[in-house]
Amino acid sequence: MESLTEKKLESLALMATRLREDVIRMVSRAGSGHIAGSLDMADIFTAMYFHILNHDPKHPDWPDRDRLVLSNGHICPIQYAALAHAGYFPVKELDTLRKLGTRLQGHPHRGVLPGVETTSGPLGSGLSQAAGIALAARLDKKKHRVYCLTSDGEHNEGNYWEAVMFAGRNRLSNLTAIVDRNNIQIDGFTEEVMPLEPFADKYRAFNWYVLEIDGHNFEEIVAAVAEAKAIHEQPTVIVAHTIPGKGVDFMENDYLWHSKPFKPGEAEHALAELRTLRGKIKSEHQ
Amino acid sequence: MLNPDAKLNPHLFDDDAAQAPTRDGYGTGLVAAGEADPNVVALCADLTESTRVDAFAKKFPERFIELGVAEQNMATVAAGLGVSGKIPFISSYATFSPGRNWEQIRTTIAYNDANVKVAGHHAGISVGPDGATHQATEDIALMRAMPNMKVFVPCDAIEAHKATRAAAHIYGPIYLRFQREKTPVITTEDTPYVPGKAEVFWVPGKGTGARAPKSDVLIVACGALVYNALHAARELEEAKVGVTVLNMHSVKPLDERKLADLAKKAGAVVTVEEHQILGGLGGAVAEALARHAPVPIEFIGMHDTFGESGSPDELIVRYGMTSKDIVAAARRAIRRKKLL
Repeated sequence: MESLTEKKLESLALMATRLREDVIRMVSRAGSGHIAGSLDMADIFTAMYFHILNHDPKHPDWPDRDRLVLSNGHICPIQYAALAHAGYFPVKELDTLRKLGTRLQGHPHRGVLPGVETTSGPLGSGLSQAAGIALAARLDKKKHRVYCLTSDGEHNEGNYWEAVMFAGRNRLSNLTAIVDRNNIQIDGFTEEVMPLEPFADKYRAFNWYVLEIDGHNFEEIVAAVAEAKAIHEQPTVIVAHTIPGKGVDFMENDYLWHSKPFKPGEAEHALAELRTLRGKIKSEHQ
Repeated sequence: MLNPDAKLNPHLFDDDAAQAPTRDGYGTGLVAAGEADPNVVALCADLTESTRVDAFAKKFPERFIELGVAEQNMATVAAGLGVSGKIPFISSYATFSPGRNWEQIRTTIAYNDANVKVAGHHAGISVGPDGATHQATEDIALMRAMPNMKVFVPCDAIEAHKATRAAAHIYGPIYLRFQREKTPVITTEDTPYVPGKAEVFWVPGKGTGARAPKSDVLIVACGALVYNALHAARELEEAKVGVTVLNMHSVKPLDERKLADLAKKAGAVVTVEEHQILGGLGGAVAEALARHAPVPIEFIGMHDTFGESGSPDELIVRYGMTSKDIVAAARRAIRRKKLL
């Protein structure tokens, strides 16, 4: 991994803003899709695909690539945007999200779109697939890393905790889970729908190494992933505290934006805000 | 008469004919598959001995993965292994896998096209005293309705061994169905076994071409009840009824060509399975024959009801799956043909 220079930080921040803009355009054009989670994970997806992952977009099946497994498949607009800008497929194809015949299915489908490692959408089963991929890597004595991006809401699922138990028991140190701790789910705030706290303690009890970060701070994201690599006897979970709808003022922290479609004018308003943000990033780094 | 080309067990009808549960064939087949391919891995959910995975676990401890009582996790961990070049076999009782973990199998194995084999054990009502909670009678339907999934139902331990080995060779999701109880060994090593192709186990008599004896009824069976179907055929033959018995060991893909050809010749059909008619072998055969050869069909199996506790033999009687029941169904099917 290259070092995080001031210039690199600026390019990551600009890319994250670009991906947020693409998400707004894609979901607006499609008429449906999940916005809040897509926006709040933009910084983590940017850090992964443009700094952390050891991957080759021109050879998506390269056996030694790091794997990024998206468990909460409904935030795929942000993954699709990141994959396209990383070079897995043409950026223009982002316009086809959710349209008949598209490779950009409403929830990601392995095998049709390069860079998608597993089919996902139904919640709670990504971590166990990532654990299976990590276990296969260990059996094959491979060095690549497996990252599972998950949401806090899907921790309601029993299958999720089965996977937490399994990875802890098998000491899958090549597995890192990154949880989008944005505190919202469809029916409301996570602590009201089905409380998850004490969240980090639950992972510790299952023998995981736990890190907590600001999910919008690139230096913290990169440092946490580096620290996870140095842990040899445990899987690591990075609890990334994020702001749902991050980057667009009228969406931030409002759980209704989990999956609500845009009304006329709202997408334009959001894009205008992101343009302002882009200007701010440029002036901050000058 | 037994079809000589099928090279079946010549002592099949002896009182002391060899018996073995189909799950034993899975156990030996899994070890053989593991020997042939280092990518074969076995997963189990706290039922290692009763699903016969113990021999594999002992021989290849590094390739055996214990999940604990967690069938959903078993399916999804297997999906991860399956997309990483491994050939995972997941084993539990069929009521739990593919029962409890159906959605995980659908999304992460079938739709995801992960190379995972799902072995459902203790299928059918012959599980006996454990009762309906542990008697899978919907598993064929659950798996058959799923795109990209194949469904193999071996009739005895030898065929179970062959089916397991074949599943390891074929890329993609496959459901394998096994039973708990000892049942007669019907086939031999020399019995033809081609995945997806049905085999004729009983023919109406000697002679070919113009001298070929007439088939009055076709009995299509899968699983251990193939034995009862053969018994019924013998009884019917003594009563001068020409019978063909087809071992439909692959419910999906269904050998529609052979099925339609034999159904047209016989003009009447009986299906036999230890499973719900609805969505099971009976449903599959009816769907195919409605398109290719609409003839009267009688159905032996579970008629939209759950099982209950009892000895395996008592339950087979209680739910109408004995050879006598099959004979009666065959006579009904033949009568209906004459009414057409």
